[in-house]
Amino acid sequence: MSVIPDAPDPFAHDRGGPAQPLLSVSGLIKHFPVRKTGGKKQVVRAVDGIDFDVLKGETLGIVGESGCGKSTTAKLLMGLIARDSGHMLYDGQAIGERAMPWRSYRRQVQMVFQDSYASLNPRMTVEQSIAFGPKVNGVPGREAVERARALLARVGLEPKRFAGRYPHEISGGQRQRVNIARSLALEPRLVLLDEAVSALDKSVEAQVLNLLLDLKAEFGLTYIFISHDLNVVRFISDRVMVMYLGRVSEIGPSDTVLDAPAHPYTEALLASMPSLDPDNRTQAALLQGDPPNPIDPPTGCRFHPRCALAEGVCAEKEPPLDAIRPLHRVACLARQPGSGHSAAPGEALAA
Amino acid sequence: MTAPITAASIALDGGVLAAEDAAPEAAFIPSRGFWGHVGHRLVRDPVAVSAGALILLVVIVAILSPWITPMDPYKGSMLRRLRHVGDATYWLGSDELGRDMISRLMLGARLSLFIGVTPVLIAFVIGSAIGILAGYVGGWTNTILMRTIDVFFAFPSVLLAIALSGALGAGIFNSIVSLTCVFVPQIARVAESVTTGIRRRDYIDAAKLSGASALTIMRVQVLGNVVGPIFVYATSLISVSMILASGLSFLGLGVRPPEPEWGLMLNTLRTAIYVNPVVAALPGVCIFIVSIAFNLFSDGLRSAMEIRQ
Repeated sequence: MSVIPDAPDPFAHDRGGPAQPLLSVSGLIKHFPVRKTGGKKQVVRAVDGIDFDVLKGETLGIVGESGCGKSTTAKLLMGLIARDSGHMLYDGQAIGERAMPWRSYRRQVQMVFQDSYASLNPRMTVEQSIAFGPKVNGVPGREAVERARALLARVGLEPKRFAGRYPHEISGGQRQRVNIARSLALEPRLVLLDEAVSALDKSVEAQVLNLLLDLKAEFGLTYIFISHDLNVVRFISDRVMVMYLGRVSEIGPSDTVLDAPAHPYTEALLASMPSLDPDNRTQAALLQGDPPNPIDPPTGCRFHPRCALAEGVCAEKEPPLDAIRPLHRVACLARQPGSGHSAAPGEALAA
Repeated sequence: MTAPITAASIALDGGVLAAEDAAPEAAFIPSRGFWGHVGHRLVRDPVAVSAGALILLVVIVAILSPWITPMDPYKGSMLRRLRHVGDATYWLGSDELGRDMISRLMLGARLSLFIGVTPVLIAFVIGSAIGILAGYVGGWTNTILMRTIDVFFAFPSVLLAIALSGALGAGIFNSIVSLTCVFVPQIARVAESVTTGIRRRDYIDAAKLSGASALTIMRVQVLGNVVGPIFVYATSLISVSMILASGLSFLGLGVRPPEPEWGLMLNTLRTAIYVNPVVAALPGVCIFIVSIAFNLFSDGLRSAMEIRQ
């Protein structure tokens, strides 16, 4: 049972049943205005129309290069910045409307930030930081502190030694455990992990990942796991979404996407990972140059200037995100029948 | 002592059970917290400690002055005017009405400190509130508040204090009000800039995500992080405030005779400067020493708070 007073009715907790996506995002757009010296108004198309679902109990990994809109997506999902347009449904209810106001949505969705130090208040002890959420939601002070200590113990930090510590007195791995404990303090259903393990060294990263898997099983959580590390995403995710320049280029089950990628960008990302096998090392980089400027993205497919499969049609036609297999959707003309691309599969094959 | 602690903290990332075995209860280090560290560093700074001790001494003398003055500070003697420093009866001489200087300086510390410190304290509270609000909320609220504040910066602070005091009329209360008005904008500006510096931090976002109201976030999460720098700035203003307050009294806009106050004493003794320059300068020396002490203490506090975290 929930310790948070006036928490949602437990019978209404899983409103839509297991088949209803926990979070359903469609047409999400966020443009940031920038002012150029000419005085002309321009926008950075940080997130430019993305659609995806997060299923109950799954871990959805989001990967992509720096600047592809991963973190903006995270902030949009948490409501830390306002979306320009698009719809977000939480368990079938529109977020920000009467049935699901931001306040009650946020109680069920929490976030773990990348920078473990910046996300803890340096003037508050570990215990105070964790107890803050329950306290502002009406849990009496002592109960909130007890809960904070129990959570500390659950994430592997002995309360007696760590509860009274300040963030600068503990290590990075320990701080990230504290952040995880804080995110769990409000008993969320969905936890958004924005590069949560990226700043940790490899051995600590593995321990924190295992902890995340344990916690997921214990509390029945759903994760959105944002990372640039494909190995980590492969380890933890059930499904993977690949983003490029503010759009989704591929989404599907993680073994399919990461072992048999359909989008040339995913392929290039995977190839850019250094191989552990010395005979298997490549000198040529599949992905050349930086991503184009999101102020002025390329026409048609946004990846075509860097794509090995690019043809004339790619610069003209924007590829829709279409299913090529059940659950596996790709935004690439070369994979979509009837697109006009020479490598596109025949119509009959797709049917 | 160090070995088990290190072992324990390494083991803790691995597993709690192992750490519990390795580290006995003695290995527990009580956490000092930020202010604990600041205090620890402050007492190791000889200049700050001496300045603090001097301020404390002046405060104690000021509080106890009605009972410990060697002579009646109000009782003059026309026959014993302007005695020199080192006189057998009047240790620090006597003023133009033959009143004991040392007694008047001791009692004067009361008023001088009071009208020097009070405006800064009030301005600290009001200015911090305005600055934190403007810095945290940002946007139009910030623009409106800070541009209004900027109007006050158009006037030099001495001129502003004199103008406000002149408009309100002489008196202790009015001079405190006018000095507060001088300091609120300055403190608000500092508060706004430190708050703006932290409002984009992840822990503020995390607090927003927990569903806390803006007021709760400002009180619990922001205040603790900005109060230090604002406080340091405010302590550095005390010396300015004392000098301005003395200046107002000197001009006849603050304390009225026969109440002893250092600025007022400086004014009345001005006429005797060719007869007995040393005695005439004494109140000024007191103002000088106390404001220097406040400045040095504030410097010490600032460097004590520069802890890398």
